[in-house]
Amino acid sequence: MKSITHVAQAGTVESSDILINLAPAQPQSGIQIELATPTPKQYGAQIRELIRQTLTAHGIADAVVQATDKGALDYTIKARLITAIERACAPEGGN
Amino acid sequence: MINKVGRLIPDTLPGYAEVRPYSGPFAFQPSGRMAGARLRAQNPAANKVLASLEQAIDATGLKDGMTISFHHHFRNGDFVLNRVVETIARKGIKGLTLAPSSLNDINDAILPHIESGVVTAIETSGARGKLGKTISAGKLARPAIIRSHGGRARAIECGELKIDVAFIGAPCCDKAGNINGVDGPSACGSMGYAMVDAAYADKVVAITDHLVPHPAFPISIPQTQVDFVVELDSIGDPAGIASGALRISRNPRELLIAEYAAAVIEHSGYFNEGYSLQLGSGGASLAAAQFIREKMKARNIQGSFGVGGVTAPFVDMLNEGLFSVLFDTQDFDLPSIESLKNNPRHLEMSASYYANPHSGGPIVNNLDVVILSATEVDVDFNVNVITDSNGIIMGASGGHSDTAAGAKLAIVVAPLLRGRLPMVLDRVNTIVTPGETVDVIITERGLAVNPKRTDLLDRLKDTRLPVLDIRELQDIAYKMSGKPESVETSDEVVAVIEYRDGSIIDVVRKPL
Repeated sequence: MKSITHVAQAGTVESSDILINLAPAQPQSGIQIELATPTPKQYGAQIRELIRQTLTAHGIADAVVQATDKGALDYTIKARLITAIERACAPEGGN
Repeated sequence: MINKVGRLIPDTLPGYAEVRPYSGPFAFQPSGRMAGARLRAQNPAANKVLASLEQAIDATGLKDGMTISFHHHFRNGDFVLNRVVETIARKGIKGLTLAPSSLNDINDAILPHIESGVVTAIETSGARGKLGKTISAGKLARPAIIRSHGGRARAIECGELKIDVAFIGAPCCDKAGNINGVDGPSACGSMGYAMVDAAYADKVVAITDHLVPHPAFPISIPQTQVDFVVELDSIGDPAGIASGALRISRNPRELLIAEYAAAVIEHSGYFNEGYSLQLGSGGASLAAAQFIREKMKARNIQGSFGVGGVTAPFVDMLNEGLFSVLFDTQDFDLPSIESLKNNPRHLEMSASYYANPHSGGPIVNNLDVVILSATEVDVDFNVNVITDSNGIIMGASGGHSDTAAGAKLAIVVAPLLRGRLPMVLDRVNTIVTPGETVDVIITERGLAVNPKRTDLLDRLKDTRLPVLDIRELQDIAYKMSGKPESVETSDEVVAVIEYRDGSIIDVVRKPL
């Protein structure tokens, strides 16, 4: 299992992008997602699920995710999240 | 009851003696006679010019429960509507129906007077900003009535919309009430929407910041229709009324849509000597004007007339002789206002001449081609321009359904996705324009032809244009965005969408 060692972010708040902020969480606390999106009713559940799946696929079980969505498509969300994971798990000062 | 476009319409609606469901663009045959203003007489010695708005409101006899109207040519620079409603509120008059030709963001200033019950009903073309949200939240005593420009003219002329007092922002006015829109510090150009109000309201107040010696010239609204004149320091903000000449879009997506639109027109069979054209004021529409202009020059085609909502690109085409005449209900920029003032081939027209379906025939009936924008479209070619994807009112019906019904070729342009939201849906949130009057939908990923237009399909299939089935377009969008969950609404009707003939094409229900 990978774990998040420090706060990191990726993405922007430009139209069609998403800003992901990843922070460490207590072991066993699970994945907590705070999502701000212009389309909560239409895509809120899908975006949360994608974030959860992507984190799990990268071996992360505990995290605090703040996602500020500006209408991003799935591949954008995934790309930003993976970058944030790499930054959050890398040694401080790296990447 | 379920209407012809499959929408569930309540059997009764506040404000309607009889609810007529939409049953086709030309299904309804009107009967009866036109309505009219109350007869009045003016003594030669009488003075129409009053010292204040307060005096004018008193002089009209405005009372609780009456209907007041305004025109929206001043757009986001309008001071008149807010000032008049504010003044009425101070007099303690309540329960008014507000019936402007449209509402803009600047009119959010009247929200306190909706809360306090001065304005309890709204009949208009559309609303934006906080006003749109307020209507969508059901804060009015009865559902708002949304009409197209032609539908509003029809409703006024047949008496369904009975205006007690029309307040007309008059950029140039004389003491007898002759008005034009082309002179003065608040010049807005055409007075097309106000013309209908002036002709049919029981009382008409001209509000001006440019009182000129009698007679004003030219005369768009004649003194015979005006009861009182009030002079204010300023009736509008020129920067909000008209922009400078708009830049042509550099947005590659809009440019691609515009290129497709111009190519569809070129190959449609309607691109012939003497054809007629209306363009919307959206980015893709304006960009299309450039491409159409080049094609007209290249093929040496002269059009008969253009219709607007006039913008500078259309004025350029008039000046170059690419169109013989421009018909104008509203101007969006300074070059258009100048052109209306100086070019005798640039003609001002009323909203009724533009689009009233229950008349001897509005100019939209003679249109060959119109390019319209859309908020959403659906696989049945229905178009929404009034509510956003959350079901909140944030747009206007305008001339959309009027021109789509009248024109031989109605082209709707929209991006395939806005942010993550697909714009080709199974069902649009709200139908303003029925799919049976829409011929082609153009996106940056391809275009779809209404299957009933087999003639158009035949003409376009041998071109290099990316002609797809509407379902294929939807699939492309859904593959990128995922299928959106539908937005739940309550049963409470907050707005009624009238088709141009007065039938009910849809209702807006309060979002949950």
